[in-house]
Amino acid sequence: MNKIIEWIDKRFPLTSNWKAHLSEYYAPKNFNFWYFFGSLALLVLVNQILTGIFLTMNYKPDAGMAFASVEYIMRDVDYGWLIRYMHSTGASMFFVVVYLHMFRGMMYGSYQKPRELLWLVGMAIFLVLMSLAFTGYILPWGQMSYWGAQVIVSMFGAIPTIGESLQQWVLGDFTLSDVALNRFFAYHVVTLPLIMLVLVFAHILALHEVGSNNPDGIEIKANKNPKTGIPVDGIPFHPYYSVKDIVGVVVFLMVFCGIVFFAPEMGGYFLEYNNFIPANTLQTPDHIAPVWYFTPYYSMLRAVTVNFLWVDAKLWGVILMAASVVIFAFLPWLDRSPVKSIRYKGKYFKTALTLFVISFFVLGWLGTKSPTPLYTLLAQIFTVIYFAFFILMPWYSKIDKTKPEPKRVKE
Amino acid sequence: MADSFSIPDQMSGRRKFLVAVTSVAGGIAGVAIATPFVMSMMPSERAKAAGAPVEVDISKLEPGMLLMVEWRGKVVWVLNRTPEMLETLVKVEEELADPNSEKPQQPEYAQNRTRSIKPEILVTEGVCTHLGCSPVFRKEIAPADLGPDWLGGFFCPCHGSKFDLAGRVYKSVPAPTNMVVPPHVYLSDSRLLIGATSEGSV
Repeated sequence: MNKIIEWIDKRFPLTSNWKAHLSEYYAPKNFNFWYFFGSLALLVLVNQILTGIFLTMNYKPDAGMAFASVEYIMRDVDYGWLIRYMHSTGASMFFVVVYLHMFRGMMYGSYQKPRELLWLVGMAIFLVLMSLAFTGYILPWGQMSYWGAQVIVSMFGAIPTIGESLQQWVLGDFTLSDVALNRFFAYHVVTLPLIMLVLVFAHILALHEVGSNNPDGIEIKANKNPKTGIPVDGIPFHPYYSVKDIVGVVVFLMVFCGIVFFAPEMGGYFLEYNNFIPANTLQTPDHIAPVWYFTPYYSMLRAVTVNFLWVDAKLWGVILMAASVVIFAFLPWLDRSPVKSIRYKGKYFKTALTLFVISFFVLGWLGTKSPTPLYTLLAQIFTVIYFAFFILMPWYSKIDKTKPEPKRVKE
Repeated sequence: MADSFSIPDQMSGRRKFLVAVTSVAGGIAGVAIATPFVMSMMPSERAKAAGAPVEVDISKLEPGMLLMVEWRGKVVWVLNRTPEMLETLVKVEEELADPNSEKPQQPEYAQNRTRSIKPEILVTEGVCTHLGCSPVFRKEIAPADLGPDWLGGFFCPCHGSKFDLAGRVYKSVPAPTNMVVPPHVYLSDSRLLIGATSEGSV
């Protein structure tokens, strides 16, 4: 065995990489359960790629055949139902773990210096994930696929001057048709997964360059053992965290299998009922709402009902929705607090983060409802709170009363 | 580290020039090779050729009835409005964003209060000008969900935009403009051609 490794090491940096990224990559010893979600996101990515490959073996990206081919997978292909439910549940669970992963970063200030690029690469992954979810949702060519795509693609048309040509370029036709379905399939199974893999690789590379943050938000690299050069508060990722992550994987798989086997539709939140009806280009379903993970942004899109500053309400809605996603990328420069972790931040930040989480949930809930005047008003109020969290951050994080950070991480 | 990306000072002017020229040439080649790929995504010749006008027989369209026709992959509505429906067009005018149809959302011959050639027959694309959903025809007066002031019209379930019975958009809704009236012409009293302004033209 040793001889084989030696032979490889002379030709490929196997042992040195194993050490640099696993057995001698020192992570802070005080990780809590919030640190499971990065490795779980990787697990879900593997699940999506594997199940996705097997779905393409039976799926047909043709407007006339797509819906029937999905039903064929569900009814006639051996274990087709399982593979499809693993894929559809995986899509929702991807967002669950990624949202928790992002929230962890917001709580412990993981976006702050020196991890700005790590955060930005993460944001790029988030955008690609949203594109993957959107293109994937179109493929069954059900009512929600069709009308959801119609709404999203029409957003390009809201852009002044170039909007209409851009929309035609995206669709490859003058309306949403078979052409668009075919190319969205190409994006979903080739383009976007490739970009995703490259970005995930860059995300991990950037993480291992700067080292992991931790719940105390202090740099373990600042306090190294003078003899070994190893951070005194660090432990090797393998075996300590690789084993810990397996526990997280087991718990996650219990939840995952529970959903796959007992509630794959999740009451219409993971798979919407209207999508079990083939696409009808003449009639929009009476109630349309995106899948749960897009509902907060969708609420903000329709919250704007007045024209303002020579820009009409439609374009404002699109701008606001795009901004609500992109604004996360500015966090490293909006946060002026001298400390990273919420443990040492003051009342202002804690209140702001709480209000932000509440508005995210309320907007998410509103996005699943039909618009009424009351709901629209609520959406407008919570949109303001959502943006205030970011826009006022340079101010409240600066005047906030912080506690002193400890020298060593807490046990 | 940073040095490996910068041009060394001792590099001769001639070499610097060659580096710049090569970079520019490479950039132009990149744009050139991207062009066919980007252009391949525009609507194809087949997609451009589709979109012939559609003929509709409206002899059986009773007053108050809505007919859906597919034209260029979009839904087109033909609505036969009753005299009561036509009366509502005047009553709602104050609440509309563009009651006189000043924005170019219709051919000239439909730029009037009823937005139609024949007062009672409305021909409009059944596509919300917000984000492309197809609104629902809600002809009942003052239903619970739309409020006591509702006199009939079209309601978009996606984002709550409202239109009157001439496809004119209400104020303070996400949709910016009135619904589009496609080019159309009456070949006879009951034969309507959608997508063209005369029998021969397209």
